[in-house]
Amino acid sequence: MSEFRYAVNVLPKPGILDPQGRAVELSLPHLNVTNVSRVRVGRRVELTVTAASEAEARGVVEGLAGELLSNPLIEAYAVEVLEATSSVKQP
Amino acid sequence: MRIGVVIFPDSNSDVDSLNALAVAGVEPVRLWHESPDLSGVSAVILPGGFSYGDYLRAGVIARFSPVMRGVSAFAAEGGYVLGICNGFQVLAEARLVPGALLRNRSLRFAGRLVNIKPERLDSPFTRAATGAPLRVPVAHGEGCYYADEATLDELEANGQVLFRYVREDGAPALDPDEPANPNGSLRAIAGVCNAAGNVAGLMPHPERMSEAILGRDDGMQLIRSLVESAAAWDAAQRPAPKAKAEARP
Repeated sequence: MSEFRYAVNVLPKPGILDPQGRAVELSLPHLNVTNVSRVRVGRRVELTVTAASEAEARGVVEGLAGELLSNPLIEAYAVEVLEATSSVKQP
Repeated sequence: MRIGVVIFPDSNSDVDSLNALAVAGVEPVRLWHESPDLSGVSAVILPGGFSYGDYLRAGVIARFSPVMRGVSAFAAEGGYVLGICNGFQVLAEARLVPGALLRNRSLRFAGRLVNIKPERLDSPFTRAATGAPLRVPVAHGEGCYYADEATLDELEANGQVLFRYVREDGAPALDPDEPANPNGSLRAIAGVCNAAGNVAGLMPHPERMSEAILGRDDGMQLIRSLVESAAAWDAAQRPAPKAKAEARP
């Protein structure tokens, strides 16, 4: 068995109102930033799957991404393969 | 007759729901989230709250709890299930009712009184309603009803839109930014039911406005509707003794 580490990036689907993204955008003038638009705020979930093969691990993470980590009615996700450790430094 | 109220970790309107059922004259039954056994109740309420801290998405973690296996099976048999606020979010995540509840358009928690109007009075969840707008509280951060346009049209055509937010004059609050629409819900939808009509969810809290001592009892119309429907379902589960006797040669 091996460990496979993934990130699942979840974003509101195009056309779905994203009030968080809008709030971030509305704050930009306060920073004198005028060339940033189309801000979308989503969620990133990192996880480790223990499985016999990469294909098996990928199946598990895809299943979770579609059933639990995102709501397909309103959100889209993309699975990213990570190195053995987190891409974000733990405190 | 007994009606169950599911208790998830961080449910907070379970006691209000149990109380409203007692006021309506039925025996309220607590259903713990860790067991799929519904104890033979005749209807189920999924109450308001912030189950599992609303982590990930409101309602999604509760959706996978053991009790929901029992609730899904009960719903599949035609039993009546009412989701209130967080209960609505759980039902939507479980795909037992259509659509999704997004973050409020304002990004603000909406905690105040609103007016909702039953769209139809022939549904199991509105049969005891007068048809006049009901003044009931909302208390949620994720109550913006969303479904794609095709689904919304289908829901309207099938009579699955049960409640809309309305203005003081009773007109639907269709502008998602107007104050009478507390969360930006599309087409002012405050509550829907499944295609079979036996599972419904709404964001406002009828159970918190169900006794005169609470200021008003508008919500009792919906609690009574559920009680009447549960009684009818209960009676249909038991073959009538008279019909049995007649069937004998």
